[in-house]
Amino acid sequence: MALVAGPRALFDKVWDAHVVVQREDGQNLLWIDRHFLHEGSFHAFDKLKGRGAEVARPDLTFGIEDHYVPTRVRDLAKIDPAIRDMIERLRGNASRHHLKLFGLDDPGQGIVHVVGPEQGLTLPGLTIVCGDSHTATHGAFGALAFGIGASEVAHVLMTQTLWQKRPKRMRINVDGKLAPGIVAKDIALSIIAAIGADGAAGHAMEYAGSSVRALSMEGRLTLCNLSIEAGGRCGMVAPDETTIAYLRGRPFAPQGADFDRAAADWLALASDADAVFDKEVSLDGSGIAPIVTWGTSPEDALPITMAVPDPDKAGDPGRAAHIRDAIDYMGLKPGQKLTDIRVDRIFIGSCTNSRIEDMRAAAAVLAGRKAQVPGLVSPGSAQVKRQAEEEGLDRIFTAAGLEWVDSGCSMCVGMNGDLVAPGERCASTTNRNFRGRQGPGSRTHLMSPAMAAAAAVTGHLTDMRPLLKGRN
Amino acid sequence: MEAFTKLNGMACPLPLSSVDTDQLIPARFMKRSRAEGYGGFLLHDLRFDEAGAPRPDFPLNAPERAGAQVIVARRNFGSGSSREAAVYALVDYGIRCVIAPSFGDIFASNAVNNGLLPAKVTEADGESLIAALEDGAHDMLVDLEDCRIVVGNLSVPFTVDPVWRTKLLNGWDDIDLTMSQADAIKAFVAADVQARPWAMPRRGG
Ligand code: SF4
Repeated sequence: MALVAGPRALFDKVWDAHVVVQREDGQNLLWIDRHFLHEGSFHAFDKLKGRGAEVARPDLTFGIEDHYVPTRVRDLAKIDPAIRDMIERLRGNASRHHLKLFGLDDPGQGIVHVVGPEQGLTLPGLTIVCGDSHTATHGAFGALAFGIGASEVAHVLMTQTLWQKRPKRMRINVDGKLAPGIVAKDIALSIIAAIGADGAAGHAMEYAGSSVRALSMEGRLTLCNLSIEAGGRCGMVAPDETTIAYLRGRPFAPQGADFDRAAADWLALASDADAVFDKEVSLDGSGIAPIVTWGTSPEDALPITMAVPDPDKAGDPGRAAHIRDAIDYMGLKPGQKLTDIRVDRIFIGSCTNSRIEDMRAAAAVLAGRKAQVPGLVSPGSAQVKRQAEEEGLDRIFTAAGLEWVDSGCSMCVGMNGDLVAPGERCASTTNRNFRGRQGPGSRTHLMSPAMAAAAAVTGHLTDMRPLLKGRN
Repeated sequence: MEAFTKLNGMACPLPLSSVDTDQLIPARFMKRSRAEGYGGFLLHDLRFDEAGAPRPDFPLNAPERAGAQVIVARRNFGSGSSREAAVYALVDYGIRCVIAPSFGDIFASNAVNNGLLPAKVTEADGESLIAALEDGAHDMLVDLEDCRIVVGNLSVPFTVDPVWRTKLLNGWDDIDLTMSQADAIKAFVAADVQARPWAMPRRGG
């Protein structure tokens, strides 16, 4: 059903294919192809129970244990009963409604945004929702994927549809060859620093340009993951041969001739050459340096070669107040070189950077070196864990003195008890440097896996490029 | 859902930008059932110190702001996590409207689903409202029919998505509306299976 005449963007093509009802006031009832649930879904199930309703399409609904799962001991008898209760509530709801559940014992378990793609549940051209803001991650495949709240989760459970207003479209063009060691995380943080943490609010983002095309699926997932940190409703990359090659043979993806038919449809989703966007932003990919955050919003990001900003030099009073509050919370001084910031620990993991490539990038820096500070490495899924172990990466981490644990959201959000202590500073591959995100009073610096590994090796924020000289 | 037409109530300035949902309710409180009430957790780590005592300099703790129903904040309010618990914390505390120059998209739609109005103002008007409150004003009129905010002599317009406005004015709940579309959904599914046979997860995957 073509609802927009003329050239269409990737976003429009996927949106239009899902419109069930279009209301005069601009609201569209959208069909939802995949619904992922985690432990936080209990509020929505409570609403369902309140109405005495059933799950409309159990076959399109998938539960995943990730937010609260322990990463050091997998035996639920040995963990905090309040946390165990969260996991058991999801198990109860999944079994009551006959949903496929990727539980702790499932070889496919992991973080929802790692598992979906890995299992081939995430496909181009699908609508995908989850009660988690980083659902935008799945847009790396050219899916229309976005996070929703509990009321909406309940609505999807009951109807497999959702009322939405068509967002505006924004294209981010990143062109040029990335310098060695520069990865998707650096691109994403550069974009957020340029447009602000609300720069894409109300917009569906599409990432385009030669730097994006050159990224692997892992890199594209990292890029789309951070769309929400720019305020974007969703982030998408058009499917291409990289996408198709990744999906071939994945368990839940079509197989054989069905796959070839699907692949042809998927490749046709790319934005038409003359598609029009409400906003366009361009970035020179070849000029991007390794980025770290210094403050308490992802927009507080700078190249590692720079210094902590001075609030007195900020143009507007709102920004100055934010900088003052942020560096006070972070325990930093204006003008302090970023490389002079000492860290207390590092964390490598989360749906942003816990895929096999991320593990390899961190290991490339850590091989044969010792970490000066403690650190936790949590692979994004049981499958990533197995593969990393086959490649011997786990031994590099443990020989460096880091902890190699099981998969889950872990220290990204600390719900499972993996916390950064009050006042402690963590170099982290996650997506949010909010106050207290990694635990009350915690201080978070966001960066890529290689940069977090470099911080481990030196004990302070560090440009990883010299550490990679002569390696790879 | 309770309808929202006009609100005349105590307003509290919160001159902070990017008050994310991790601030609105820290993750560790989200294991509780809603029945227990989430109001006590609102902005917990900003409102209370490590020992659990209220921080005297935090605006919501000022005795003269007790019973606040409106919050006026700076840009990017409610950014971050999709946790609807952030809205539960506001609503259970008694807040019915948040005024800011920009909102996190998911937060705003969660707000509307719980009868909480996310009212968007320009940066300049936002600063004027904050200044008026900091100068001692307390009561604020938020009129959703006219999309206008009045405090003392100051009157500024606000915007809210028209669809959300209608929903709030009427206290509508989406589910009933959707259920009435059951036939349209059925027809869509029948056609879609033909158009996108690959969209179903492969069985036994
Ligand atoms: S890893 Fe962090 S950001 Fe990702 S889904 Fe889990 S809690 Fe959310």
